[in-house]
Amino acid sequence: MPHTAKQIRDKIQARKTTSVEAVQSFYERIDRIEPIVGAYLSLCREHAFAQAERIDAKIAAGQVVGALAGVPVAIKDNICTNFGTTTCASKTLEHFHAPYDAHVVQRLQAADAVIIGKTNMDEFAMGSSTETSALQRTVNPWDTSRVPGGSSGGSAAAVAAGLCAGALGSDTGGSIRMPASFCGIVGLKPTYGRVSRYGGVTYGSSLDQIGPMTQDVTDAALLMNVIAGHDPKDSTSVPESMAPVKDYLAQLDNPIEGLKIAVVPHLNAGADAAVRKAVDVAIAVYTSLGARLVEIDMPHFAYAIATYYVIATAEASSNLAKYDGVHYGYRSPNARNYTEVYSKSRSEAFGAEVKRRIMLGTYALSSGYYDAYYLKALKVRNLIRQDFVNAFEKADCLMMPVSPTTAFKMGEKTDDPLQMYLADVYTIAVNLAGVPGMSIPCGFDEKNLPIGLQIISAPFTEDRLLRIARMHEKETTWHLREPVI
Amino acid sequence: MPQKIDESQVRKVAQLSRLELSDEEVTQFSGQFSAILEYIEKLNELNTDGVEPLAHCVPMHNVLRQDIPEPSLSNEQALANAPDREGEFFKVPKILEEQSGL
Repeated sequence: MPHTAKQIRDKIQARKTTSVEAVQSFYERIDRIEPIVGAYLSLCREHAFAQAERIDAKIAAGQVVGALAGVPVAIKDNICTNFGTTTCASKTLEHFHAPYDAHVVQRLQAADAVIIGKTNMDEFAMGSSTETSALQRTVNPWDTSRVPGGSSGGSAAAVAAGLCAGALGSDTGGSIRMPASFCGIVGLKPTYGRVSRYGGVTYGSSLDQIGPMTQDVTDAALLMNVIAGHDPKDSTSVPESMAPVKDYLAQLDNPIEGLKIAVVPHLNAGADAAVRKAVDVAIAVYTSLGARLVEIDMPHFAYAIATYYVIATAEASSNLAKYDGVHYGYRSPNARNYTEVYSKSRSEAFGAEVKRRIMLGTYALSSGYYDAYYLKALKVRNLIRQDFVNAFEKADCLMMPVSPTTAFKMGEKTDDPLQMYLADVYTIAVNLAGVPGMSIPCGFDEKNLPIGLQIISAPFTEDRLLRIARMHEKETTWHLREPVI
Repeated sequence: MPQKIDESQVRKVAQLSRLELSDEEVTQFSGQFSAILEYIEKLNELNTDGVEPLAHCVPMHNVLRQDIPEPSLSNEQALANAPDREGEFFKVPKILEEQSGL
């Protein structure tokens, strides 16, 4: 059966297959392959088949159906669904049933998509390898001894292994783009404010965005058409009057005339040789199409990780204060009084990385350190954003690696948090600046591990970003390769 | 910017964070925090005099609407995930023993 989301949708609408058949075929593949990959934390077969039958009935009756009618998709498990569990891969929320659907889930279901399961992730999206999940291990479908990247590693592995047609992830410091790169798929982090965060479990509120993780650029545009837009329930989602949502499919196959690409030569030097080479070859594809390169400097880019680990942890320390063992989530059976309900519940149920980030953030916000850490980081954030403003005055987009390496081995970085943080060196600045960024497949290293090209553009120009990505995809076949599993 | 973070500071931050740490965790976190904070020291290389702090990248405004009640979660929905409850209330151990004057 054809397997991109758009191909499946078109085939269902042409009545050459049904949604029930599509859902069935993905569950059959899941039954065979999921025990190896471990991409899903939960499957929702009953819900999925009921939805598929409803959509098939609509199509049979000749009714108008949505843009994703009948297409089986997966959702990262930090996005609330009012069916099944929403665990954030944490013991804290292992049995949590969200009382409502996230805005993006409402949008997907209104577009007649079929949600087939919830995917694994780093606990509360804190990690770069999906290894901090307290509930399950996910492997990279290209090499099962390696990590899928993170934190949206389950969504990336599910898409790469053909366990769903497309997926949603969330990206606070690279959590969509980095696993997309490690697993050889397409991942898009939209502009901050483009997609509602309502019902997405917060980690770093000023940085988090939900976005598509797909097999190709067309599917990313298709999913963006469904999830982008203002939501009155998220005050950080941008109103139409400020930045109208585009039809991301309409002009997708039209190349950008006179494309100008900014590159930062000294930044790319920090990546492995195979990654540098693949990125250079990808950029050469664009120049062969007539694009012009502009070398620029981004003097504050190198400060992004330090800035991020102050701001993101500060926001996390506040956001995770709500896990008190009282209202929902884990409660320690060992607590003897009210204070211990709070402290023992948190201590017993949070993993090491979550504790580390809560404490770092608490420290950065604490009396005597606030100015030195938090305020300083907010100022540097402004300098980093200015680097991007300057870049987009000179060029339409920036291109650079997504990650300095390809997928690393399980356990390779788990004992050294700082080394794990440094894996996000190319992705984090994008979140601090609030701009959109994308990972597209651009090659493989000598171990047959995928490499991603990162394309970054100005705020609210996802339409152009997707068109730029599509220019490369039309000339190459990297996105068509599949892991043998 | 202060750097090295010793074990007593780790214990203090843990307490502020409502986390109880084992002695092993205290030792481990103390070493890791020192390495991370040393890395964060990099920020001091930059002169940020006169730079405005940036908390949000898109302009943030208060969003107002008419003060008309809209449907919200029922008590039953709000309590559905409670670890412990009594009737329409969340239930916790009593607090009076520890904190006088409440």
